[in-house]
This record gives sequence, structure tokens and C-alpha cells, in this order.
Amino acid sequence: MAVNTDKNSYTIIFAIAMVVVVGSVLAFTASSLKPNIEENKRMERQQNILYALGVNENEGTGDITFISTDKVAEAFTTNISEQIVLEVKDGKLINEMTREAFMKSKEQGAGKEPYLIDIKKEQTKAKNGESRFLPLFKGTQDGKTVYVTAVRGKGLWDAIWGYVALDKDMVVQGAFFDHAGETPGLGANIKQRYFMDDFNGEHLLNEAGVFKGIKVAKGNNDPVNNDKTDFEVDALAGATITGDGVSAMIKKDLKLYLPYFKNLK
Amino acid sequence: MGLLSKKDAKLITDPLADNNPITIQVLGICSALAITAELKASLVMGIAVLFVLGIGNVVISLMRNIIPSKIRIIVQLIVVAALVIIVDQVLKAFAYDLSKTLSVFIGLIITNCIIMGRFEAFALANKPWQSFLDGIGNALGYAVILIIVGFFRELLGSGTLFGIPVLGDPIEMTGVYKYGYENNGFMLMPPMALIIVGLIIWVQRSRNKDLVED
Repeated sequence: MAVNTDKNSYTIIFAIAMVVVVGSVLAFTASSLKPNIEENKRMERQQNILYALGVNENEGTGDITFISTDKVAEAFTTNISEQIVLEVKDGKLINEMTREAFMKSKEQGAGKEPYLIDIKKEQTKAKNGESRFLPLFKGTQDGKTVYVTAVRGKGLWDAIWGYVALDKDMVVQGAFFDHAGETPGLGANIKQRYFMDDFNGEHLLNEAGVFKGIKVAKGNNDPVNNDKTDFEVDALAGATITGDGVSAMIKKDLKLYLPYFKNLK
Repeated sequence: MGLLSKKDAKLITDPLADNNPITIQVLGICSALAITAELKASLVMGIAVLFVLGIGNVVISLMRNIIPSKIRIIVQLIVVAALVIIVDQVLKAFAYDLSKTLSVFIGLIITNCIIMGRFEAFALANKPWQSFLDGIGNALGYAVILIIVGFFRELLGSGTLFGIPVLGDPIEMTGVYKYGYENNGFMLMPPMALIIVGLIIWVQRSRNKDLVED
């Protein structure tokens, strides 16, 4: 080819053309796939919430299996009897809304389902001194009313989040954790059943009703997790910072729900 | 003669042994350390790199005559980043479960030096078909080492393979644990991957003296 690829003008033109081409290809892919991706994310949230409630297709003791995507919408409506939105500020409950009221309130919900509340945005609001929303999902497990709460924090590399199902005494009935980019084989194991199942039955409050949280602890001499009132679960080897992130997220975010649970009594 | 000419076949077989990207070219070490704590992750990363390197090499090779040499590295980076983003988006839209499993790997591919290394060293100077074979060969060579390292780290560190317990249950004290065996938590730490890679290099070089440089 006769083009002189060393000329400055050629280099600049090439760079501009490359940016335009790659930019438009990426923009096109992103916008054409967006509806599919949003839908997948929506179903994932429902699956996660149901998982914490104990509605899943787990077999044996190995991997986690969510309820399948074609059944999830129906399962969500049958198993979640009520979606509640709490508005809290400085550790005080200032408002409690039903799903209908939340979706009607224009500037806050704008027709958004409570389970789609962006926890990250709410946390920023709280940091700026504003009031924030907390989603809460009511369901039943073994004939007992269970409340699924949402938590979010940071791990080693990126965000971690989860849903924790509690009974009225704030005893954990089920937990689900997920992460954006923890190390596979180490921090990413918070998404494994043997880690999540350890939380079942753990107490968050001590006998006097003081909030203690649950610590992901190393060397707690309780690897099979028999002691449910020690406020500790066994940590993951090689995942100290992710584990600390889980402890911090539970301590901080579940405490926000405390006024609501106090009112239940 | 089979499907490939002798010269073409060498492009695939060489990186598997005597010109392995990890043990000989010392490329892609970072991901070999980071993600080999379990076998499944190693395998998945191997496949992901295979895919991106195969296609990326072809794209760069097709563009080799029009890429200005002054900005070639940036062009390579853009090509690999664009490919990775497209793969990520397509997976998120049509295979969401798979994209959750892959999560960090997708991003890690961009930073994998094997990709840039092969673009620069091979695809810029060779025809698309040869570049494709070179990409596949190197990705396989990379995957083989990852799988070997992942095998030993998961087996000795967690007593499992692909997440399935093979040595018994350490809590119930069954299998080899009955006789006092314990999992070595050190194996889960990245430095142990470096030691295993070192052992592989040692074995490889003691078997083939030509590889020893002095």
C-alpha cells in the first residue's frame, strides 16, 4: 500500500477515525442491549430477595440455585406479602410507606417498585445528611413472619451487598451475599452456601436488646457454628478484608432497621 | 499433511511447551497469581482469554498495514478494550448467569499482558490466519499453566477440585483428615502460585536444556 503511515496527518486522522468507529460501535451495542440487561438485573434482584427468604431451588449442600427466571415474577408476588419502604434519618424512623404510597410519591419513587431502590444512592443521601429509604420485604417462613432487609458495603476491590432475612427478634433466618469483583476462590466465596448458611440462626441483639451485629471472625473456635449467640461467624481463609466488609455492612446497615423492629414489639 | 501445514501447526504446539507464554515468555503472570486459587476460575479465565486473544489477533492482523506505528500500542489497547466490553455486554444481555460467574475475569482480560504481547510480537507482522493460530496457541499455553496451578492450589489449599471435596470432610474428620491431614491455607495465597509456577519452570527447564539461558 502506498499510504505513508508515518506522517503526522495520517496518524491524527487514523486516531480520530478509530475513536469515532469504536465509540459508535460501543454506543450502539450498549443502547441496543440495555433493555435486556435491565430486565436481567431486575429478575436477579427478585431472585436474591427470594433466596434470602428461603425460596430457592437448592439441592443438597453444594451450590446456590436461584428460583428459575421464568418462575421468579410469580414467586415474588406469592411469597412477598408486602413491600414496605422505611424513611430514616439519624437513626430515627420518620416515615413508613406501603408499596402503593411509595410508588405514588412522585419525587421519591416515581413509579419505581420498592425492590428496585438503589441502595447506593440512598447511602449517599444519608451521608449528605438527608433522610434515606430502606426497603423491607415481608414474607413467611415455616408459618412465621420474616422480614428481608437489604445491606450494602465495600469489600476488597469493589462493592458487596446482600439481603438478610430476620424474624421479629432480629434473629437471622437466611442470608444472601453477592459482590461486584472480589477475588475468585477467596473473597468471592462470600457467595458460597457454606458461608451464607453460617448466618442462619445468628442473633443480632443481645439479651438486653442492644444491637451487636454479626462479626466475621477469625479463630472464633466455633468452625461449625454451634454457638448462635456469640455474634460471630467463621471467617474465610485469605479473605480478611472482604470478611471485614461483610461485618461492617451488617453492623451499619442492619442497625438502620432497628427502630422498625423495636416498634414491632 | 493434515488440516494445518507443519509451520502452522507449530504456531499452536510451540506455546504449549517450549515457548509457553507464562513459563518462557513470562507474560500473564499477574492473572496466573490472582485467580488460580480454584480450578474452575482457572479454566474459565483460560477460555475467556482464548476467545479474546483469538479474535483480537485477527483484528490487529487485518489492520496491521494501516496502523500508524507511533500510536500502535494505543490502537491495540483500544481494540482489546472494545472487544472485552462487547463480550461483557452481550453476556450480560443473553447469558446473565455466565456473566455473573465471569464477573472480574472479563475486566482482567484487558490488563492481561499476553494479549498486548501477542498483538505486538506477532499479529502486527503476520497474516490473519497465522495470527489466529498464534492467538489460540498462546491462550492454550496460558490455560494449561493456569489449570496446573489451579489444580494444586485448590487440592492442597481447600481439599476440593471444581468445588467438590475429594479428600474428605475436614470438619467431620472423614477421608484423609482422619489420619491427621490438614489443608494448607497458605496455598490459597497468591505467593504460592508463584512458587508453583517456579516449580513448573524448573521441571520444564531440567527436561529441556535448550531453554536454559546463561
